Amino acid sequence: MSIFEYNGSALIAMVGKNCFAIASDRRLGVQLQTVATDFQRIYKIHDKLLIGLSGLATDAQTLYQRLVFRHKLYQLREERDMRPETFASLVSAILYEKRFGPYFCQPVIAGLSDEDKPFICTMDSIGAKELAKDFVVAGTASESLYGACEAMFKPDMEPEELFETVSQALLSSVDRDCLSGWGGHVYVVTPTEVKERILKGRMD
Amino acid sequence: MGDSQYSFSLTTFSPSGKLVQIEHALTAVGSGQTSLGIKAANGVVIATEKKLPSILVDEASVRKIQLLTPNIGVVYSGMGPDFRVLVRKSRKQAEQYHRLYKEPIPVTQLVRETAAVMQEFTQSGGVRPFGVSLLVAGFDDKGPQLYQVDPSGSYFSWKASAMGKNVSNAKTFLEKRYTEDMELDDAVHTAILTLKEGFEGQISGKNIEIGIIGTDKKFRVLSPAEIDDYLGEVE
Repeated sequence: MSIFEYNGSALIAMVGKNCFAIASDRRLGVQLQTVATDFQRIYKIHDKLLIGLSGLATDAQTLYQRLVFRHKLYQLREERDMRPETFASLVSAILYEKRFGPYFCQPVIAGLSDEDKPFICTMDSIGAKELAKDFVVAGTASESLYGACEAMFKPDMEPEELFETVSQALLSSVDRDCLSGWGGHVYVVTPTEVKERILKGRMD
Repeated sequence: MGDSQYSFSLTTFSPSGKLVQIEHALTAVGSGQTSLGIKAANGVVIATEKKLPSILVDEASVRKIQLLTPNIGVVYSGMGPDFRVLVRKSRKQAEQYHRLYKEPIPVTQLVRETAAVMQEFTQSGGVRPFGVSLLVAGFDDKGPQLYQVDPSGSYFSWKASAMGKNVSNAKTFLEKRYTEDMELDDAVHTAILTLKEGFEGQISGKNIEIGIIGTDKKFRVLSPAEIDDYLGEVE
């Protein structure tokens, strides 16, 4: 049993036309037992930057707290929000600091960069960045997620269509994974608003 | 940094509430060679006298204006060796920032961190304050910027400023000559004229140093030939 599969998770981020969507499942388990069905995996760093953390839940929570700490100090010093690319570099550096005793997390970072251009990336637990122009996935359901996204993705989708695509990809993938599921949490971010929606899927 | 026997600070308050060491450091700066900086609408220029102790000194090897990053340069008045130490520390801090964020460090952040180093040396055991004031010129996303950093660690943003021997005359001259919409070339001319005001002897490309940064965001030190061209235009 891998430590990455202890709690179970599914994360997906997808780029649309001047917008992006980031979604996660809601299950928190202790191996085979489900312990929570409303677990939050995606966090807001600022209005145009969200991060999802898959993997071991305790590391995800601690890492999130550290990142918020760093971002708040950055905001106070530089009097501005961090750009998503900068934040991704910071996350990568923080993960690599623990190279020989890592956080068992795989982050998915999604944000709107300069001129509201969507930016998504993921990295492994020791900070190897992977930028993508279309979608990134993470978690125990990642293999199914890759397949679903590859099949359903179209470039330049509007926010509503993007929401549908991301939701379908997420729900169909987590149904094939016993460790993730119990609904979904989808954020669709445009330059003007952050829309949060809860999905109801197979509750098992 | 200092013996274990000197874990107390040598910079201590006088009864009048002053830190005398810092006052003396400022005196050291005030007797250093004149340097100045001018912020134009589209860039920044910094300049300094380069009076060498003898004609035998190889003036091409003396560099008073240094780069901290490709888009930030610095000049000083005061003690040259102290300046070199600060340049080294600031360059390291700029690189550390870049390593973390993969972004060039904003001018204000670098100035803040350099000032923090200078302040440390006024409150640590066994060390003395730096005997230099710095003029930091940079161009980043917020546009052209000019900062002065003092031995105490305080820093100020200036439109135009001077430091060193001829500071009061130079500042008066700058106050009269400075305009908000000055272009970089005009600023270079004004800088040369300001230096000329207090210059003893014949000014030339070999005994002054000028550094400029424009909208290309690349700081560079002018060659003696370029300085001579500007001098020709000024006369």
